Amino acid sequence: MNPRRVIDRHRDLVIALVLLGGAAILPFFFDTGSPFMDDAVTALAYVVMALGLNIVVGFAGLLDLGYVAFFAIGAYTIGWLASGFAFDVNGGEGIHIGVSGFVENLPGIHLNFLLVVVAAVITTAIAGALIGLPTLRLRGDYIAIVTLAFGEIIRVFALNGNEITFGGTYTLTGGAQGITPVDKIDLPFTETFTSLNLRPWFWTALGLVAVVLFVNFRLRDSRLGRAWIALREDEIAAASMGVPLVKTKLLAYATGAAFGGISGAFLGSYLNTVNSDQFQFSFSIFVLAMVILGGMGNIWGVMLGAVVLSFVNNYLIPDVLNPLPGHVGLDFDLTELSFGIFGFLLVIMMVLRPEGLLPERRRKLELGGIGAGDTTGVGTDPEAFYEVRA
Amino acid sequence: MEAATTAAPRTPLGRRAIERARVWIDRYGLIVVLLALPVVCAIGDLSDADKFAFVEFNGPDENDLSRLASNLKDGVSNGAIWALIALGYTLVYGIIQLINFAHGDVFMIGSFAAVGLYGTFGLATGNPIIGLAAGLLAVLVVAMIVCGVLNVMIERVGYRPLRSAPKLAPLITAVGFSFILQNVGILWLGPQQIAAPDLIESQKALFTLGGVTVTQGDVLAVAATAPLLMLLGWFVTRSRMGKAMRATSQDPEAARLMGVNVDTTISFTFLLGGLMAGAAGLIYALYQTTIWYFQGFNAGLIAFTAAVMGGIGSLQGAVLGGVIIGCIQQISDNRIGGEWTPAVVFAYLVLIMVFKPQGLLGEQVREAG
Repeated sequence: MNPRRVIDRHRDLVIALVLLGGAAILPFFFDTGSPFMDDAVTALAYVVMALGLNIVVGFAGLLDLGYVAFFAIGAYTIGWLASGFAFDVNGGEGIHIGVSGFVENLPGIHLNFLLVVVAAVITTAIAGALIGLPTLRLRGDYIAIVTLAFGEIIRVFALNGNEITFGGTYTLTGGAQGITPVDKIDLPFTETFTSLNLRPWFWTALGLVAVVLFVNFRLRDSRLGRAWIALREDEIAAASMGVPLVKTKLLAYATGAAFGGISGAFLGSYLNTVNSDQFQFSFSIFVLAMVILGGMGNIWGVMLGAVVLSFVNNYLIPDVLNPLPGHVGLDFDLTELSFGIFGFLLVIMMVLRPEGLLPERRRKLELGGIGAGDTTGVGTDPEAFYEVRA
Repeated sequence: MEAATTAAPRTPLGRRAIERARVWIDRYGLIVVLLALPVVCAIGDLSDADKFAFVEFNGPDENDLSRLASNLKDGVSNGAIWALIALGYTLVYGIIQLINFAHGDVFMIGSFAAVGLYGTFGLATGNPIIGLAAGLLAVLVVAMIVCGVLNVMIERVGYRPLRSAPKLAPLITAVGFSFILQNVGILWLGPQQIAAPDLIESQKALFTLGGVTVTQGDVLAVAATAPLLMLLGWFVTRSRMGKAMRATSQDPEAARLMGVNVDTTISFTFLLGGLMAGAAGLIYALYQTTIWYFQGFNAGLIAFTAAVMGGIGSLQGAVLGGVIIGCIQQISDNRIGGEWTPAVVFAYLVLIMVFKPQGLLGEQVREAG
């Protein structure tokens, strides 16, 4: 067979191998503890999260403004299951499963990272489905508000969870102070990770990205993935073609949430703290901006968007652009305004290039009508005049 | 066999009962959910004042309803402000089915503008009452115009180019504008809470009625809001532009054929919403006497909840929802703890979505616009 055609047929696989292979040797060019490595690890964790949100927003077309909830639940899973937070458990001896080194003697619950990831996937998937339940009957913009409300409820619980106690000793969360320290990742056949050498963190994050990427592609090309896209294009048409709405929507929420949970568990360990300040509404918008910048629904676009925005947030704004206002005689801290910059980016993208940097082909066709048919005016969609119930 | 024969006539009866229950829940479920909180509190107050509260009560510990009544009084005056903001949501949603996410932040800019103008108009604590009233009226007008123009500009830049785009596109630009305005707020007055001059001595008691102390702030909030609401109601139902707005919300295409300029009408709707938000901004600054850049985000979500609760698209609904949410918020602040209040309000939002997404007065959506 013509090698050209083989590459064409497996284009995504080839891109994936080249990208992941290229990324895998990247750490050898940088210091083990350099700021670049730090930014790169965070960027990879954000890629996992953005790919998760892409399933909900990009594939299934359900605008989720409360994605930070799953980050929070994933992070609290590792906070509870791999730290000294439950210091009193088992008579102060602690519970240890699959951990080695000095952690073995610490009080509290200490589970191996792989077990924690499994637990995080299960809890966030259930939480995703639960949050999805009340939105089933609602239209797009109402879904956005309900998910936002859930995100805020979770944040309030994260912030004030230290007031809720179980059995007098254990609290729900660490509040604003947070749960810290969190166990470092301890994989089989390797030493426990340290904060001095970031290479293993990078490769672990890259491994997570590879797994999530594989799952994303397989899901997109599956029956379920086609059902999601059908749902996005036209809910009523999809339902009459036999797509089970409830199941399909809930699976979208649960899968997207699970990815957020994986990333949350990883970040909990990497950042070494789980505190309520991490779970602001603005973070949901940050992840959404990644999906929109890259191109909703396009997996490569979303990856690009996540990498670009996390470097903009962690490197470009604080390190490169921040001195600029000082040079021209203005006195303000640009890092405080980073979310204003993202907001600006959202507006610009939506008005000028709503399909994103790397548009999905199908989505591009869908958005092609913008500005073309001015006669259509507002709300000509007859559906818009019915109430929120479909 | 016997079981089958007895079961057969029962099934339709049972189904009818379920059907009836479903209709009942649809009609009254939300009202029951709303009444549950005050009723539980009332029972708690009558039996033992601290029993149904997680927060200790500092006032006189009597077994009557005065604590609940003060909660409701505070709720009404807070709710008046939420109602003004909720009107902006409901007007815009009624006409272009868009949740104007940036609306709460327009309200915040209104507060900032109003407080910034205090100095310009020579307003300070202790001014003679005539000068104070005239100055505040001038500030009110300017703040309203600032917010109205800002809202129209946002519509022009962010929403109009996306009229025929999928629904989610303008919603995302709205979120973007919300962030932009918040950061304008940070640049303007910094990220911390700012104390606004307490021009009207809002905590000063005017009179006490049945154990409920009414303060000057309460009177101002209600007295300033009521005429604005009446004016708006009159405008939407009577004026030519109001009729155009209602026509556009019912059927933009038919309205266009009848000679209504749809674009102007939509801009005008945003102007009206912005005017109300500006007024709310000044009243909030006078009533709460602290302002900060994040107040708009919170207020926006609360007001949106109010608009949905009342039935989005309905003006009376927005006012009713505002007052109800204000009361819920005060009861929660006073008994559950202020830090939990956002969660309580959002839990109500989710409950409304589950039980009655069309809201309390939602049936009127298509008629009253």
